[in-house]
Amino acid sequence: MELRAGSRLKSAVCDTEVIAVKAPAEDLDIRCGGVPMTDPTNSEGESGTPVEGADGGTLMGKRYVNPEETLELLCTKPGTGSLGVGDTLLEIKESKPLPASD
Amino acid sequence: MNLMMLLEMASSAFGDRIAVGSKDGSGVSYSALYSNSGRAAEIFRNSPAEKVAFLDTSSVALPTALFGSAWAGLPFVPLNYRLTETEIHELGSEIAPAVGITSASMRGPLEEVPQFETIEREGFLSQASSGDVPDADWSMDPDQIAILLFTSGTTGAPKAAVLRHSHLVSYILGSVEFMGAGDEEATLVSVPPYHVAGMAALCSSVYAGRRIVQLPNFDPSSWIDLAIAESITHAMVVPTMLSRIVEELENRPGVSIDSLRALSYGGGKMPRPVIEKALHLFPNTNFVNAYGLTETSSTISVLGPEDHRDALESDEEAVRRRLSSAGKPLPNLEVSIRDEEGKVLQTGISGEIWVKGEQVSGEYLGHGTKLTDDGWFPTNDGGFLDESGYLFVEGRIDDIIIRGGENISPGEIEETLLTHSEIRDAAAFGIPDTHWGEVIVTAIVTTGESDLSATEVKEFVKNQLRSSRTPDHVVIVDELPYNETGKLLRRVLRENLSSLSIDEG
Repeated sequence: MELRAGSRLKSAVCDTEVIAVKAPAEDLDIRCGGVPMTDPTNSEGESGTPVEGADGGTLMGKRYVNPEETLELLCTKPGTGSLGVGDTLLEIKESKPLPASD
Repeated sequence: MNLMMLLEMASSAFGDRIAVGSKDGSGVSYSALYSNSGRAAEIFRNSPAEKVAFLDTSSVALPTALFGSAWAGLPFVPLNYRLTETEIHELGSEIAPAVGITSASMRGPLEEVPQFETIEREGFLSQASSGDVPDADWSMDPDQIAILLFTSGTTGAPKAAVLRHSHLVSYILGSVEFMGAGDEEATLVSVPPYHVAGMAALCSSVYAGRRIVQLPNFDPSSWIDLAIAESITHAMVVPTMLSRIVEELENRPGVSIDSLRALSYGGGKMPRPVIEKALHLFPNTNFVNAYGLTETSSTISVLGPEDHRDALESDEEAVRRRLSSAGKPLPNLEVSIRDEEGKVLQTGISGEIWVKGEQVSGEYLGHGTKLTDDGWFPTNDGGFLDESGYLFVEGRIDDIIIRGGENISPGEIEETLLTHSEIRDAAAFGIPDTHWGEVIVTAIVTTGESDLSATEVKEFVKNQLRSSRTPDHVVIVDELPYNETGKLLRRVLRENLSSLSIDEG
């Protein structure tokens, strides 16, 4: 599916929800728990479980990126599946916490 | 992307925490702030308003109106309540059709503005605190306008800087850790709503989960008392505030704010004697110097606590002087120093500070963008980078005077002076001052027979403009220096100042 900044996605197998912060202009097979993610307005609830190898879980407030950092997803609801594009898992974007400035 | 997604996350992860209020538990929780913002959005949507103005001091109505505007998809426009009634009326006309949250004592100048509906704070808060909460139906269009902030530009005519949701959300995601604050943390916000730091403080605190305590009208003794009473852990002040807090603490020996872990300062040049005294008065507090602009969604560089300690303890002048720097640029931003033609200058050479990044807007309503084709924003601030990448800010290139954190356009004072029948020519400029950051000096050329005194000149300006515009010093000169194209050389005046006699009265 083609994403744009601000698009929301929901896991088909766990509670995970994300918002795209950055997205390349191309079709991407974005998955959670190894299964393609869906539109959150989709009324079908989640079913099944994350596949092995994509069951590390997501953490709220963390940003997940592909190796090129062209895709960035913000986790707005945590779950048991891991985020990925195709079979490649996304990684947490490490950020050095800054001192509070305002 | 929308600011509301920050509050939605806060509400779902730690909804019971107090968002705005006291440590005794009175106040508004994150989940209540979320619901109240939804109802505020309904109020805004049910009016013909295209913008939401805010003409009031800080209260819980401020975050409610800010997030309510984001939910409703309308730009939020905090107005400076220290402006004259005429100025407020003009800004109101510029942003109508609008709805404005205000108070009984301030609403006057907005009453007569066509297509401008005002709602008093108490009524707004009571309407927003009961009834049905709409579905989470805010737009996620990142290019929608979140906040319009009026800044006085080089000509003195106010321009509204445009901050879109993408800018502010990028700033928060890039600089604040979600739920990074402990349960016991509380921030004291004393900058006014119409300052970008006031807006940024709300967004940062919500995303971090840090309780907000508001001080609507700053004075140093209330600030200290509130910080102690509310066990404040974090606070942001402008240099003038810190200077007055330091003075007050020196007069109250034995008083200390033990809970204060982090104190950040910014919004103008901090005189070194003030920061050195403050470091000694708060030995256990981490100091943070933040530099930023309205057009960059607040902070773009930070001098952190370790930098402060290293600078204080170092024997090397290059390290010690970093205490006067703005620290290092945020990791998700690029900063470069350019000459007048936009060419990048070498390390250590002064030029104009340029910045690039997702939080950078550089756009003004009705005036287009100041960004270059490749996305750089020329800040109009002068400065340089040292060999370790520390940014030193040298003040506005275009001569705006920053007195007590307030931007003052010299042009406005000059124009006023020139309306005096005995003044032939006039120039206004700022000089460094330990208390105000900068104070206003005016150099005037009088007509032949005049025996105008400095006191009369000050009185004249004070009666025409507001008191913060009154010259601190008046110098009477024979001629003002101009270049060949007729441009006033304020720099020359400033340099010659030591040889001029300054009237202290």
